[in-house]
Amino acid sequence: MLSIRNIVKQYAGHRALSDVSLEVESGQIFGLLGPNGAGKTSLIRIINQITAPDSGQIWFNGEQLNQSHIERIGYMPEERGLYKKMEIGEQMIYLARLKGLSREEARKRLKYWFEKLEIQNWWNKKVEELSKGMQQKAQFVATVLHEPDLIILDEPFSGFDPVNAEIIKDEILELNRKGATILFSTHRMESVEELCDAIALIHQSHKILDGSIKDIRNSYRNNTFLVEYNGPQFNWDGSQPFTLLEETTNNGDHLLKIKLNGQSSNQALQYLIPKVQITRWQEVIPSMHEVFINKVTKTDQGHE
Amino acid sequence: MNKVLLIIQREYLSRVKKKSFVVMTLLVPGLILAMYGIVALIYAKSDDLNIKHIVRVHDESGIFQGKFHDKKNLVFVNAAQSVPESKADLKKNHDDFLLLISDRFPQPGAVQLLSKNKPNFNIIDNISDQMNQIATSNSLVKAGIDTAKLNEAMKSDITIDAKQITDKGVEDSSVKASYFAGVAGAILIYISLFIYGAQVMRGVIEEKTTRIIVVIVSSVKPFQLMLGKIIGVGMVGLTQFMLWIVLSTGVTYIAGGFLMKDKATVKTEQTHLDKPGTTLPATDAPTTPKSPALSFYNSLQTIHYGYILSCFIFYFLTGYLLYSALFAAVGSAVDSETETQQFMFPITLPLLFTYLLSFAFLINNPDSSLAFWLSVIPFTAPVAMMVRIPFGVPDWQLALSAAMMIAGFLFTTWVASRIYRVGILMYGKKASYKELAKWFFYKE
Repeated sequence: MLSIRNIVKQYAGHRALSDVSLEVESGQIFGLLGPNGAGKTSLIRIINQITAPDSGQIWFNGEQLNQSHIERIGYMPEERGLYKKMEIGEQMIYLARLKGLSREEARKRLKYWFEKLEIQNWWNKKVEELSKGMQQKAQFVATVLHEPDLIILDEPFSGFDPVNAEIIKDEILELNRKGATILFSTHRMESVEELCDAIALIHQSHKILDGSIKDIRNSYRNNTFLVEYNGPQFNWDGSQPFTLLEETTNNGDHLLKIKLNGQSSNQALQYLIPKVQITRWQEVIPSMHEVFINKVTKTDQGHE
Repeated sequence: MNKVLLIIQREYLSRVKKKSFVVMTLLVPGLILAMYGIVALIYAKSDDLNIKHIVRVHDESGIFQGKFHDKKNLVFVNAAQSVPESKADLKKNHDDFLLLISDRFPQPGAVQLLSKNKPNFNIIDNISDQMNQIATSNSLVKAGIDTAKLNEAMKSDITIDAKQITDKGVEDSSVKASYFAGVAGAILIYISLFIYGAQVMRGVIEEKTTRIIVVIVSSVKPFQLMLGKIIGVGMVGLTQFMLWIVLSTGVTYIAGGFLMKDKATVKTEQTHLDKPGTTLPATDAPTTPKSPALSFYNSLQTIHYGYILSCFIFYFLTGYLLYSALFAAVGSAVDSETETQQFMFPITLPLLFTYLLSFAFLINNPDSSLAFWLSVIPFTAPVAMMVRIPFGVPDWQLALSAAMMIAGFLFTTWVASRIYRVGILMYGKKASYKELAKWFFYKE
């Protein structure tokens, strides 16, 4: 779908992107992660052909990115903006027509969206008369009205209250089910795990990690497990096939966080089963948040 | 290209729909109408065309008796009654006057005009004019001077017909009217370049501050947006001018009709005066209509409107394209309107300079070499040319200036678009000239 190859972007003062390459598969929800100032927005602008890279190429559906692809992409920038004095319905139609839609078609689709989001009575309202959350909803509609193949959302959930954020999330998922590929940038990790199929982590202009969520998390497994049991407390003398990381005890109920020393889960369980009543056995897989922090801090230390 | 049309459409409609546009469009013809209205009102008031006023004359001096001649709305009658009786009559007849001339004439306070209603100044003027004439000729007769011979000797009526020798032959040249047209053209083009240029700039700043710019440039190229905005606003300006011209012409036509009626009135007065058998020949029978409004109206008709108008449209368009591109670049470089000052000043300097110079120098020296140079430099040409054109500009100079204007706006548009494309995406950076130069040289 989208193939980003060796993109370099240099600004006067700093380097925004250093040799960044990514593959976004068709139908994916792809998360572009990274701390503020990492280069996410620069990359998004290049994909939208707002700015050009100094070197590198972008391929869209097997063709080198060009002006004709603009109509196939929908983009919602981080800094939302609409003409304040323009009526919302008229404005949505205008923006859709700039993306190549006919007036009639834009009007038809807009009606559908306004009914769907239950905002029909906004049509003739000026943007400045709407609350910020409402403006954001309208902005989202403007982004997807021309039914793009690729929807690029820069920090889509910032500025939404939890209720509206949920609505937008559902809409994103539905658009994705209908076949749209979604690329969004965020630094909110909980939405990443919920939504994304794959991610790329950009830090200080470099891509430092990418792949499917599952693969990434698997690669960050470190044989840590949570064990809950009822029975006597262990005597941690090194005879166990695992080491203790944390222990909480409450009336004979124990919660352990353990790390296996080279053995498999089954071996550890075989050791435990004759001794105690196990009520829970769960592998601790690092959250994307932890992966993110871990990777970023490691990179920072590496640079120092 | 289709998208540029869309942008033009939005920029145009969003402005034309505004209340301020409608107000401005109606304001100018409204002002013209008001001006004519005031002139007409003064006329109607001062002439009271349909009412005949009877002026009863009590002349104790014996100088004036029977020497007044009637006007269309003034009938002079020798009073048969006594003064108190006439005064009593006056209370009944509201439109009548009582003219008392005591035997103390010509001492001050010897002449009184009594009436029930307040007399208008035209009537007073008329009566005092006639009395002056009568008194003068009376004195002349007393001094033994033959008034008929004197009048013959003094009858000189000089008006200068300024004619201009041009390629097309001898043409009427009304310096006064050219002067007026030059000043008006310069002011109008100066103001409109600023108004519409500033509108472009404000539009760019609005897009930048509301951040919609990023959405738009993800759909169209920055240059398309800039072009669409400039053309759209320019069309708003043209629409405004067209409406002004149409409405003002309509208003002038109607109001002119009214003034023409007044002209007819003036003529009848003249025939009255020239009537043979009057005791005194009119020494200063008006050869020109007295109304200043009317004479101005007449002189305005000597101007080649079509020619000046087409030049105005041309210089407005090219000048607007030239300046609005620069204004757009300024708008893109700043985050708010308050920051525009440092860039606005150098841009507007040549225009301001020419504007001030046009009243101080150009209007009196439209053919000087300074005027020539100012009218071929694209930055100053719109104002300089508007001053010069009513006085006549050689064709080759006009052609040169026009070519320079077109080259000028192509150049500024190119420069501006290079700054614009970078500027619109820059936030929070205090733009300096050095910065702008850097943006200019950024590669695509």
